[in-house]
Amino acid sequence: MKIIVCLGNVPDTTTKIKFTDDNKKFDSDGVQWVINPWDELALTRAMELKEDSNNSVNEITVITVGTLGTEPTIRKALAIGADNAVRIDAEPIDSYFVAFQLAEYLKNEEEDYIVFAGIESSDYNGSAVGSMLAEFLNLSSISAVSSLEMQGDQIKIFREIDGGHEVVSMSAPFVTVVQKGIAIDPRIPAMRGIMMARKKPLNVVAAVECAPLTEMLSFELPQPKPPCKMIDADNAKELIDLLQNEAKIL
Amino acid sequence: MAVLVYTENWDGRFKKSTYELVSYAKAISDMMETTVVALSIGPVEDKELEKLGDYGVDKIIKISDDLYSVLDNQVYTRVIADVAENEDANVILLSHNNTGKALAPRLSVRLKAGLVTAVIKVPSSVEPFTVCKKVFSGKGFVHLVVLSEKKVLTLSKNSFELVEKKTKPGIEEYSPDFTLGDFKTRVEKVDKQTGKLILTDAELVVSGGRGMKSPDNWGPIEELADLLGAATACSRPVSDEGWRPHEEHTGQTGKVIAPNLYIAVGISGAIQHLAGISSSKCIVAINTDPDAPIFEAADYGIVGDAHKVLPELITAVKEYKSEN
Repeated sequence: MKIIVCLGNVPDTTTKIKFTDDNKKFDSDGVQWVINPWDELALTRAMELKEDSNNSVNEITVITVGTLGTEPTIRKALAIGADNAVRIDAEPIDSYFVAFQLAEYLKNEEEDYIVFAGIESSDYNGSAVGSMLAEFLNLSSISAVSSLEMQGDQIKIFREIDGGHEVVSMSAPFVTVVQKGIAIDPRIPAMRGIMMARKKPLNVVAAVECAPLTEMLSFELPQPKPPCKMIDADNAKELIDLLQNEAKIL
Repeated sequence: MAVLVYTENWDGRFKKSTYELVSYAKAISDMMETTVVALSIGPVEDKELEKLGDYGVDKIIKISDDLYSVLDNQVYTRVIADVAENEDANVILLSHNNTGKALAPRLSVRLKAGLVTAVIKVPSSVEPFTVCKKVFSGKGFVHLVVLSEKKVLTLSKNSFELVEKKTKPGIEEYSPDFTLGDFKTRVEKVDKQTGKLILTDAELVVSGGRGMKSPDNWGPIEELADLLGAATACSRPVSDEGWRPHEEHTGQTGKVIAPNLYIAVGISGAIQHLAGISSSKCIVAINTDPDAPIFEAADYGIVGDAHKVLPELITAVKEYKSEN
């Protein structure tokens, strides 16, 4: 069985966000690009599953929709341990466009597979691509997944619900949309992995014509917050008064 | 034309976020001069359904068959899409929670409807249909236009006020023709803590960070939370260390919350943590380090040792409670 991990290429989460071109564009000047944090956890879990010889996972493919500039991020995923990569050569316009491209590529997949997609991307926070892909492919999808275990062909998934979780059993193919908990610490590429990654296949595929359904018009930065009102450590009572009478929360 | 709102229930009950969503639906339907249709799936008593009429719903469609108690994203998507077609709905609204996030993207594809998730206000115009959402985990906003005739939106929690508008909606039963075999999602077990306040629903949250020094020091955090009727949360290092359960991790990769009050104790305020709490209406920070970044995000701050400040705060809350 194959695990396909959808990769997003996003600004490092500590990036100071700026906009340019009359606030119409994200200013990518000086930005460090990384694997979207949830996708990195998905890849980590995929690696763990492949390494466990009790499972039938024999291949991990990472797939992304992006221009040439995303290749360092893809190489990082290969260095972490993915076996091969696919880059669909296009600027990701909106979630619908991205999911459509992924579906066009995956619809010809013959082997049994599971798709891992992160719950959201840390740039546009869409929370959409994984579930959209499932609908395009007419596959089941399980979302809010915080754990996935395999026993032979049986797959046990923990799906978060309010105040707890459900244990769901699935069999391939399906799409799983994963979140915190699927893996704890993302893997860091080792030197050997980085060397090997150079030789692993990275297939570049042409995009298919698809009109997006949304368009970003302009960006805005949040209003600066008024300065924090400091309260003396010996005067906790004052805080309660402020919360009651000024903030009107209590 | 209509605005269709999927009103999810939890063991037959709606939540405040359901009514926020319905109020939001009413506001959009007023802008579009159309009606609000609510869809409820799974067993809910009519008495509970009628509460939707407090916020301007014109018509309620219910599917009470027990078969639909299990969330199968594929089946639910078909059901909601069919109802949207039947009702000629151009705008379909869901809450931005686990279920909404699972269904809205599928609906977008099925209906070829432009999707915007986690919107925070009513559209600035409906022609063209222009909405606003947060991007970069709260470090910016974007204004988007939905180009398609149909639209799917999910609404962020605690971003739209309840607006009462009494109506007398009719309730219609709808029976889709799915069978058990269509449900590919097999739920084997449900593990649910009952009685515990759910973090993402909580209006007040008390959260602890590494500054608490040890999991044995959580007593005062829990006591303060209990007194306030607040949920407890924590920062990432605390959940990674296993001091607290992962469900409590609040931040970019953990829970993103929007309570009315967030009290951060011993949390320095890394940018990833702030991404998860920046939508809180009011933030209180307690930290020994006056230069900690949390104070830049906070409305009120106390520089001091949590072990000294918390007991005083607990006493002050007790006094406040006895007076009110």
